[in-house]
This record gives sequence, C-alpha cells and structure tokens, in this order.
Amino acid sequence: MFQISAYGDAGLRVQFGETISKETNEKIRSFCMYLEKEKIPGVMEWIPTYTSVSIIYDPYQLLYDALKERVEAVENQLSKIDLPAAEVVKIPVLYGGEKGPDLEQVAQLNGLSEEEVISIHSGSDYLIYMMGFIPGFPYLGGMSEKIATPRLSTPRSAIPAGSVGIAGEQTGIYPLESPGGWQIIGQTPLKLYNPDQESPILLRAGNYIRFVPITSEEYHTIASEIEAGSYIRKY
Amino acid sequence: MGKLFEVIKSGLATSVQDLGRTGFQQYGVVVSGAMDSFALQVANLLVGNLRDEAGLEVVIMGPELFVLEDTVLAICGADLSPKLDGKPVAGWKSFIAKKGQRLSFGQPQNGSYAYIAAAGGINTPPVMGSRSTYTKAGIGGFEGRHLQKGDRLEAGEVKFPLKHLSGRGLFEPAVPNYARQRKIRVVLGPDQHSFKDDVLKKFCTSTFKMTSQSDRMGYRLEGPELSHVNGADIISDAILPGAIQVPASGQPIILLADRQTTGGYARIATVVSSDLPYVVQKLSGSELEFQAVSVEKAQRLYVSRELLLRKLSLRAGNML
Repeated sequence: MFQISAYGDAGLRVQFGETISKETNEKIRSFCMYLEKEKIPGVMEWIPTYTSVSIIYDPYQLLYDALKERVEAVENQLSKIDLPAAEVVKIPVLYGGEKGPDLEQVAQLNGLSEEEVISIHSGSDYLIYMMGFIPGFPYLGGMSEKIATPRLSTPRSAIPAGSVGIAGEQTGIYPLESPGGWQIIGQTPLKLYNPDQESPILLRAGNYIRFVPITSEEYHTIASEIEAGSYIRKY
Repeated sequence: MGKLFEVIKSGLATSVQDLGRTGFQQYGVVVSGAMDSFALQVANLLVGNLRDEAGLEVVIMGPELFVLEDTVLAICGADLSPKLDGKPVAGWKSFIAKKGQRLSFGQPQNGSYAYIAAAGGINTPPVMGSRSTYTKAGIGGFEGRHLQKGDRLEAGEVKFPLKHLSGRGLFEPAVPNYARQRKIRVVLGPDQHSFKDDVLKKFCTSTFKMTSQSDRMGYRLEGPELSHVNGADIISDAILPGAIQVPASGQPIILLADRQTTGGYARIATVVSSDLPYVVQKLSGSELEFQAVSVEKAQRLYVSRELLLRKLSLRAGNML
C-alpha cells in the first residue's frame, strides 16, 4: 500500500498499511530515511506514525501536486534504501516498591509472582513504532499477553517522569510528570525528554527498547550521575 | 538588550510566544507558538522585528505592564481595549512607550487573542530553538509558565532608531475583522472516508457553536452529531494545526497551537492556514460554519497571505 492524500493546505500524508506491523514500520523508516537524505526544498518536517507519514511543507515554496509527484516516484525505490541496523536502547528500571506501586496488582491479576512479571517484562525487546502523545513518549509493540492488565479504574493525578507502566496489552514510559491511568510497575532514572540537552529526546522510532532490572542502589547512583551530568550509558 | 516590562497584573493567561517549536514533531514535541500567527507576525514587522521574534500573547483579560525603558510597541490581533497611561491606543499600529508609562487592557471588544510586539523582540532563553511557552511541560518563554506579578521581561537588540519605528500601521483593508460572520474554509480529510457523504454534507451546511471547553490545545464545538461509518477510533496518526477530530460523541474538536502531535480520532477535515486566525479569535458561544475547498484553492489562499507578509517585510525594511 502506498496511498497519498492531502492533509490540509500544508500537509501531505502517505499511508503504507492498514494495520500495525513490522513490515509497515520498516517501509515507514525507509521513507523517512529518504526524506532525511533528500532534503526537498519546502519540506519542513514529518511525523511518522504506525501506518503513515505526514509531511509538513511550505506551500509558498512547494505546491501539493509537485510534492505528490516527487513522493510517487519514491514508491518503487523504498526497498532499495539501506536501513541502518536498529539500535537496542537499554532502559534500566527499578521494579516494584515505591517506584512501581502497581507491580503487586499486575502480578495478582495475572496469577504470577512479582519476579515473574519482572522477568517477562524485561525478557523481550520492544519495537518503538512511533513517538507522540507527549514529548519523547514511545509507542511500543511486543509486550507479552501474560502480563496484560487493564488501566486503573481511577487514574492518578500525577505520575512521576520515568514511570514504566502497563495499559492493556501496551507498555510504555512516561517522559514527563502527567496524570494517567496506567499500572505503574517501575521507574527508570533515565530522562526520555531533556530540553536542555543537545539531543533532547532519548528514543527514536524504529529502534528497540530492552528493560533491564536494577537495584535501588544502582537507581540512585544513575540518578545522581545524571544530575551531575557525568552519566555514561552503560546499559 | 535592555529592560522592557515589569508585570503589575498578570492578566488571564499572558505568555511569551513565537512561531513555535518546530522540527521535533517526529519525537512527539508539541509545537505551541502563537494561536494567531498572522497577528504576531504583523505586530513584529510593525516594530521592525523579524516575523518570528517572540511577543506576548494576551488572552481576553489583558495584563498591566510597567514600561522600564523607552521602546516601540505594536498590538495586533484581538481588540482588548489597550491603553497607555489610561489613554486608548490603536491596534495594528506601532507607538512609542516611554519609561515609566503603563500599558493596560480593558474590556474585550473583538476577538480573544492579542499580541504585543516590542522592538527587539521579547528576550527569553530559547528552548529547542524557540521561545514559545508550553506550560504543560513547563518549557520555553518566561520560566515555562504564564506571566506573574513582579516578572521582569527583557527586549532583544533594537536595530533601528525608535522614532523610525513608531507610527507604522497595517493598511486598513488588510486588518482582519473577526466579528464579521464568515465561513471557515477547510480541506476535507484525511479521514473523510470515516464518514458517509450525507454526514460530510451536514458538516459543511450546519452551524456549530464553540463551547467553553476550549483552550490553546483545541476548541470543542457543539452541533448536530457527526456519526462515523465504522467508529471514531483510528490507529494513532499525525495531528496537524487546524485538524478537526470527531470523537465518538460526534462533536468536533479543532486542534490548535498546543495540540498533541498524534491522536486517535477520525479527522473529518483540516482548516486552511489563512482561516485559522478566524477560528482562534472566536469566543465561547460564538457560531462557526464550514465550507470545503480544494487543496489548490487552499494553497492559493496560503500563497496570497504569504505574499502580503513578504510585502510588509520589505516595506518595513526587514530582511525576509
């Protein structure tokens, strides 16, 4: 599938599939790679999602028909674009206790021990399908159904930044303190969103995440190293 | 660089805004920026700034500001009854404000968002290339928040003598009249196939009302129910400015400056860029009607607005 449509007067949307799949994600990565390299004059930025890429452009420099023609010509080249190997970003997580108040409930509802939940959650890699919702938030795929848990019936008014949670069959990390109804099973000391850094966003669509369980001591060491600016990613 | 204002009264939600934090939407970073970007750009040009400098966004109830050094100001967008030392000042026109004078606002007359531009621009530390305030993440502008009593703002470098900058105005026919009832032009889609033809027709022929649940993120409308063919939910997809989402309630939401980068509701249509100010400047309770236009027509409107801004830039003696 490769379907182009107008999105307002300054947007062009290309749809690559109708369901969430790794194949569609790969096409989307290739297409974004093309946009990155090609630097089409008038194209300002783009938003890749599960099944599409929306290009934002300046109609003063580039009209819809011209951009459409240019994009159409890319369809057959997509498979020839060399994708760099996906990176696996390791995210250290302190599971349970104060940092993961819902771990016990997730375990109970799924008939597992807390240790089993941790080992399942940290036992596989998660593809980052897209970023969105709030700055630095990754939409992840690939969580085991064995630890799927419904959202809290009453959302919390403030969940700390770095919280790792489960909502239905999805897992995710909160980049900012925000209200929410996810079951919080742990917290990472890493900052997914740090506007003061040269590269303010830690994660990229198309890469993978692997959660690595850490101890409370490790958590505090990493947190204070990050605070001091001396942290070197070792996971 | 110099002193500019001390805030005496904060106003309802006064914030520093430029044209937004663009370039990071693929990482989920919200753009923010002026709700009415046309008004901010004109205000900047009138005081000799580049179009994308930061100004103050003033919402319905304006602030009271004490002028710390002589400067030139312009107030564009909504008419919120601006006054200098109690005397009314005209909108869409630059004027000198002297050290010790007070800029204040009165009753809102026409529209809801006004922009104060000052010669040299408002100088705050840029965050990811922009001075726009995004209060939800607490970034940009003045400490990532709305202005408060006692805040002191600085201006950037002023490139021209002040007397050359004052008394410049936007020519009358180009000044938008927000009160005039006019249809809001949209390009249908990208999810027009989530709606039957008669629902699309209903969307383009009915009158909607702006509700009080409206803010910088989006305006919620109330009107005849717009039903979906196959449910309201879509696989999360990009949200561009002016996109009109229809959740399961069938009541549309127009997404604006502080919109999230992605969303999960079908988008029936997208407001054309040149008509966004006429949406933004509505007050809750006012009525909206939509008219579908082709992409070609929408882009002609875009280009003619851009030409106007470029003409103003040249006339103001600014580089583009």
